[in-house]
Amino acid sequence: MDLFKLTAHELSEKIKKHEVTSQEITTSVFQRIDAVEPKVKAFVTLLKENALQQAEKIDQKIKAGEKTGSLAGIPIAIKDNMNIKGVKSTCSSKILNNFVSPYNATVIDLLKKQDMVFIGKTNMDEFAMGSSTETSYFGKTYNPWNLEAIPGGSSGGSAASVAADEAILALGSDTGGSIRQPASCCGIVGLKPTYGRVSRFGLVAFASSLDQIGPLTKDVADAALLMNAIASYDQNDSTSVNIPTPDYTKALVKDLNGLRIGIPKEYFVAGMDKEVEQSIRDAIRLLEKQGAKIIEISLPHTEYCLAVYYILAPSEASANLARYDGVKYGYRTPNAKDLLEQYEKTRGEGFGPEVKRRIMLGTYALSSGYYDAYYLKAQKVRTLIKNDFDEAFKKVDAIVTPTAPTAAFKIGEKTEDPLQMYLSDIFTISVNLAGIPAMSMPCGFTKNKMPIGLQIMAKHFAEETIFKVAYAYEQNTAWHKEKPSL
Amino acid sequence: MKITKKEVEYVARLARLALSEQEKEKMTAQLDSILQYVDTLNKLDTKDVEPTSHVLPLNNVWREDMIRPSTPQSEILANAPDQAEGFYKVKKVIE
Repeated sequence: MDLFKLTAHELSEKIKKHEVTSQEITTSVFQRIDAVEPKVKAFVTLLKENALQQAEKIDQKIKAGEKTGSLAGIPIAIKDNMNIKGVKSTCSSKILNNFVSPYNATVIDLLKKQDMVFIGKTNMDEFAMGSSTETSYFGKTYNPWNLEAIPGGSSGGSAASVAADEAILALGSDTGGSIRQPASCCGIVGLKPTYGRVSRFGLVAFASSLDQIGPLTKDVADAALLMNAIASYDQNDSTSVNIPTPDYTKALVKDLNGLRIGIPKEYFVAGMDKEVEQSIRDAIRLLEKQGAKIIEISLPHTEYCLAVYYILAPSEASANLARYDGVKYGYRTPNAKDLLEQYEKTRGEGFGPEVKRRIMLGTYALSSGYYDAYYLKAQKVRTLIKNDFDEAFKKVDAIVTPTAPTAAFKIGEKTEDPLQMYLSDIFTISVNLAGIPAMSMPCGFTKNKMPIGLQIMAKHFAEETIFKVAYAYEQNTAWHKEKPSL
Repeated sequence: MKITKKEVEYVARLARLALSEQEKEKMTAQLDSILQYVDTLNKLDTKDVEPTSHVLPLNNVWREDMIRPSTPQSEILANAPDQAEGFYKVKKVIE
């Protein structure tokens, strides 16, 4: 049997019944990587030797009857902006090309506690800035459903690795859609948890008030299992929220009776992609058949989300990325006469075009004379956007929209026009601005056999509602079982 | 025009970014189109709206002042581009 094709919950069952070992699963996953990675290019670093050693240790633990985590022995891929001690964390940037992490991110410690196996670090848009994984210093990642299309971004490597069965599970990070949009493009499940639900300690910061780590998985049950592992209060992250973590698998019930689902009219505008709209409308009808009450709602400030995001995220990024100056770690220019030139050339040579653009935009928005007009204004509109959601969640329990305006586009199609690229995130950004959780899950295909994603949002810390809706939908459809032919 | 090449040069200096002539030209045009787009926010009256910096109420987090192990100097310096006698080595700071 091809073990690499299975989900984490299927493999966990088999491990517990002593039908397979972690070493067999890990070996199977690396055979798959050997076979398809030359086409997909999802990884920046592979950890084959380490992974097989870890798997062996975990197998011994299981054999000895020791207590192990619920995801023990399952191979997982990690986006290359999360620190694993002794492993490179490059953020797919030249400036961190040679950086070896001296510590573990909190999520890594939590996964270690679950006895999981780390198979590698995945490719991403440089510093998570992008929607296509085309801005990586190490080259592009290719969509497993069509190698001429983008896998989405910025967690494109994580999404592609799961879709191509090169990983059983993956972690990504989401600042404006970077888990959900690639999940949509690659036909898998991706969840951005509530801001503060998962520790950001050891995640390389992009926009600190928006960033959140979350799972990319083959189905909804796997996302719940991985959330159980990573959702936790952390003293090392001052924005981490100290409330108990529920058992998310308890929310996996097929019952939507009485659940109120909102459809925001602003997300269904004239000119939207017909195939995407059709799939989402079909999904809504299915949810209604399952007992949900469908209610049209309004999120009146939707049209301002993108503008607010492209002020706030670059502003926070310009401050966060000031640390890359060639002094303590990372790339340093060999061509500087003095210290100022060392800073300027290190950064000029070390960052790619999209990162430079955002640093410039953020520095401009924060600079004297423009702060009120741009940064403060955007923060105020952010309040209005958050209020829209607060109002909406008085009337409904969940909100359903498309994840992205189109299926995955062609490689190179939007690289020359940053604004067009930014518009790929138009349906995902509001969630980060409001800090609420949201999932993307497969809900159909275009006639060219490219996946379409359904986005499910809920109020702060109501991930269980999302799981409930997602599970009910998934159990009545078979989209998640389709695999790309590679 | 929302932004000129001269302003781009000024902001690049603030951001400590060396840009080539070609990059400056391209950056000016691209930032200009993004800033034009962002202007849509001015349609909204936000006079009486409080700004949001974080969506959840944040409090300062305190911990007991206890001695804990820290990362050894050698592990931290292992990533240094240049070092000497346990310090980071950089170009002369004061002339």
